[in-house]
Amino acid sequence: MSTYTNEQVAHLAEGTLDWETTFRMLSMPKDNSRFKQYVEALQKKVTFKDKIVLPLAPHMYIVQTAKKQWVIKCDCGHEFCDYTDNWKMHAHIYVRDTEEAMTEVYPKLMAPDTNWQVYREYYCPTCGTLHDVEAPTPWYPVIHDFEPDIEAFYKEWVGLPVPERAS
Amino acid sequence: MNMMSNNETGFADLLKNGQTLKQFRDGIIERTKASGHYNGLEKLELRDADPIGYEKLFSKLRGGLVHARETAKKIAASPIVEQEGELCFTLYNAVGDCVLTSTGIIIHVGTMGAAIKYMIENNWEANPGINPGDMFTNNDCSIGNVHPCDIATIVPIFWEGRLIGWVGGVTHVIDTGAVTPGSMSTGQVQRFGDGYMITCRKTGVNDTPLRDWLHESQRSVRTPKYWILDEKTRIAGCHMIRELVEEVIRADGIEAYEKFAYEVIEEGRRGLMSRIKAMTLPGKYRKVSFVDVPYKHEDVQVSSAFAKLDSIMHSPCEMTIKPDGKWRLDFEGASRWGWHTFNAHQVAFTSGIWVMMCQTLVPTQRINDGAYFATEFHLPKGTWCNPDDRRTGHAYAWHFLVSGWAALWRGLSQSYFSRGYLEEVNAGNANTSNWLQGGGINQDGEIHAVNSFEASSCGTGACAVKDGLNHAAAIWNPEGDMGDIEIWEMAEPLLYMGRNVKANSGGYGKYRGGCGFETLRMVWNAQDWTMFFMGNGFMNSDWGMMGGYPAATGYRFEAHKTGLERRIANGESLPLGGDIDPTSPTYEHNIDATARIKRDKQCMTTEDCYDNHDLYLNYLRGGPGFGDPIDREPKAIEKDLNEKFLLPEYAQKVYGAVFTQNAKGAYVIDVAKTQARRAEMRKERLARAVPVREWMKEERERIINKHASQAVQHMFATSFALSEKFTKHFKDFWSLPADWQLLETELGVPSYGSKHRMDLSLMPDVTTVVQVEE
Repeated sequence: MSTYTNEQVAHLAEGTLDWETTFRMLSMPKDNSRFKQYVEALQKKVTFKDKIVLPLAPHMYIVQTAKKQWVIKCDCGHEFCDYTDNWKMHAHIYVRDTEEAMTEVYPKLMAPDTNWQVYREYYCPTCGTLHDVEAPTPWYPVIHDFEPDIEAFYKEWVGLPVPERAS
Repeated sequence: MNMMSNNETGFADLLKNGQTLKQFRDGIIERTKASGHYNGLEKLELRDADPIGYEKLFSKLRGGLVHARETAKKIAASPIVEQEGELCFTLYNAVGDCVLTSTGIIIHVGTMGAAIKYMIENNWEANPGINPGDMFTNNDCSIGNVHPCDIATIVPIFWEGRLIGWVGGVTHVIDTGAVTPGSMSTGQVQRFGDGYMITCRKTGVNDTPLRDWLHESQRSVRTPKYWILDEKTRIAGCHMIRELVEEVIRADGIEAYEKFAYEVIEEGRRGLMSRIKAMTLPGKYRKVSFVDVPYKHEDVQVSSAFAKLDSIMHSPCEMTIKPDGKWRLDFEGASRWGWHTFNAHQVAFTSGIWVMMCQTLVPTQRINDGAYFATEFHLPKGTWCNPDDRRTGHAYAWHFLVSGWAALWRGLSQSYFSRGYLEEVNAGNANTSNWLQGGGINQDGEIHAVNSFEASSCGTGACAVKDGLNHAAAIWNPEGDMGDIEIWEMAEPLLYMGRNVKANSGGYGKYRGGCGFETLRMVWNAQDWTMFFMGNGFMNSDWGMMGGYPAATGYRFEAHKTGLERRIANGESLPLGGDIDPTSPTYEHNIDATARIKRDKQCMTTEDCYDNHDLYLNYLRGGPGFGDPIDREPKAIEKDLNEKFLLPEYAQKVYGAVFTQNAKGAYVIDVAKTQARRAEMRKERLARAVPVREWMKEERERIINKHASQAVQHMFATSFALSEKFTKHFKDFWSLPADWQLLETELGVPSYGSKHRMDLSLMPDVTTVVQVEE
């Protein structure tokens, strides 16, 4: 099994890792210490003090607050909701549901017909980061994408102590 | 006197253990169920006692399978096989469970196994009999094949008079004699039109193809030369592998070989669980994808009025990764099968998925049926991925499969991202189209059919640390290749007027999806020629990830009465290269003003007539993007602009790039101004957005008032009809009144198949093989 330095993992998270090492990461068996190194690297990047429990997206995390609650948080500091909730329900949304709105982002004929499909852009209400673009039909329920089993992951898969969580 | 004796029709005792093949298979299923281990193999005796010998056996067999594929494909003349590598050879144990497979279209790990299991369950050993030197041919989609153009040759392997396994070889043929030409045609809407269909037929004895088979099969398709050479390819590969197995047994002994043929499957089962634990994260992942089926348009000329409607394929997936490393793939809520050729048999789904997984979760040589035994599939009966009617068409099942699995890729990538394996993230796969197909009389004066496999090189999805690959791959063949222009021009009466990277086709993002490409083809030296389009146009089947956008959708361009014959003779300007910006097209300026042009989003058509010098644009799609586009490095945008992968207007609008052009015309990004512009864009985003719960009130009103297109309503109606669970989720989410409902009958479109259906299992003397939870 390959191992990587904290610096290499930090570069990976930053998108600045050299190709040779990236290729080794792709082709060799996975390093089980990655998660711990990855979270440590991200913790150094964010401006808030809350402990990162699980990264969800480039600018979104499940964090442990000072009161030991697990919440979903944008890296600007905006708190969306409890970690079991669907963060999208607490975001701001812009729906591209007209040809005019679609052709803002794609050349003519290269975007969906909005009678069939729309784009739903979910923004952080504080900083305007685009956290997700859904591309469903009209009427489609907002999708709750991911419900991680964090306790099983920490305890049984990576052998780390589960961060405390207030009930 | 003229009847076969009991010796021929009775109990064959192929295994020399007193059991029929079915009894033997039932025992394996029982032991697997009881123990949780394949065939009850809680210990891997051979591997544990002699790990080196076990690995040597593995390497010999796997190496031989790959070697057979590489050697045999040179027999084929079809570019689909010889250039694109659309073939695969697989070794099975006596009950049809896959031991090992070659490279190539390894979707067939399970499809040929399903055919073998069908023969076992339906007592082929008594009639027509299974003997050394036999060959069986199958392409029947109602028992597990993906689509009729994948023809499988299956050869039993005997050792000292005892059946010890099977080898199967499959090639994707150019034409299957369907209603319209091409291997994956659109003109038919049922099985009865999907082409020549062969159900595990004995087509050879004593290693020799039967003459009735040779005569019948070649005249049943439009391209007999390619057909027969494909058959020779399959037979040669199967026989090479049979000899290899004999050599291995001579060297290592039958006991070791047979132990290996079962242990390696249990090892594969454990291997998948171990990979899941090593790479992913336990939890529930929910994703969805869609495909447009626009059949109402006048350019879709099908023979059945009940197929003339617009509909949408709905593929919701809940992927549950369990703490023990097993996983469950649940497609509850999927839409019903339809009157088109995109339906998929459950085995096409459960088997085909590994061609995708070997590119992400299990990138190893150890692909066999073990992975199937570590996976729970829930494919509701009656859906597009498990039809409950024996009439369904399957010629391009991939159209839906490719799209359904794009969602799985996103689910897995969420787990890779959260765990820190960013290098593994892939935002999904392209909708692998367009498919340029057609036929007529070719440049050699022969009846011909074409299916351009340029779609094997679409853009790939973006990663979390880099852009997707441009014009590089297709989910259905890990070794895809777009093929050489020179070879395609030999195979098709279509000259290349351009082959270019398709600007803006990759989905935007911090890392963009790989760009697709486009080729402009001019009909040349053909007679009575037809072509059609097949791809996505009104919808995307992929989504972006974590702020990235989906890839661009498709569109079609075709031109007739172009005047190109005269323009070429006179040295006038010609349409060359790419359709760079469809908002301001240029092809039209380089053909006669009176040309008849179709430029629209109707990317699904049936055979249309083409004269020499007519034009057809084959646009191969890009992949989806990853991350917020305004996080994209300015240098990367500059590079895309200068390589013409991105039109300047969208560098500004989507990426917030501010740039100038220098004296040489090269684009130069102003980093400081770009940063400032991006800060403004964040404010603009918030100014135009509303809280989700506010927007939901408006959307709920639209649902209450049933304000949506017929296609959208039809999709929901078929999903509601098949799934109470999905209906309840939908109504709960939108807080709809208890009596709110949506039925197909209220949509004013044909609803054949909505109430009256007949499954293959209801036919007399047929036992179907069910390998999923339905």
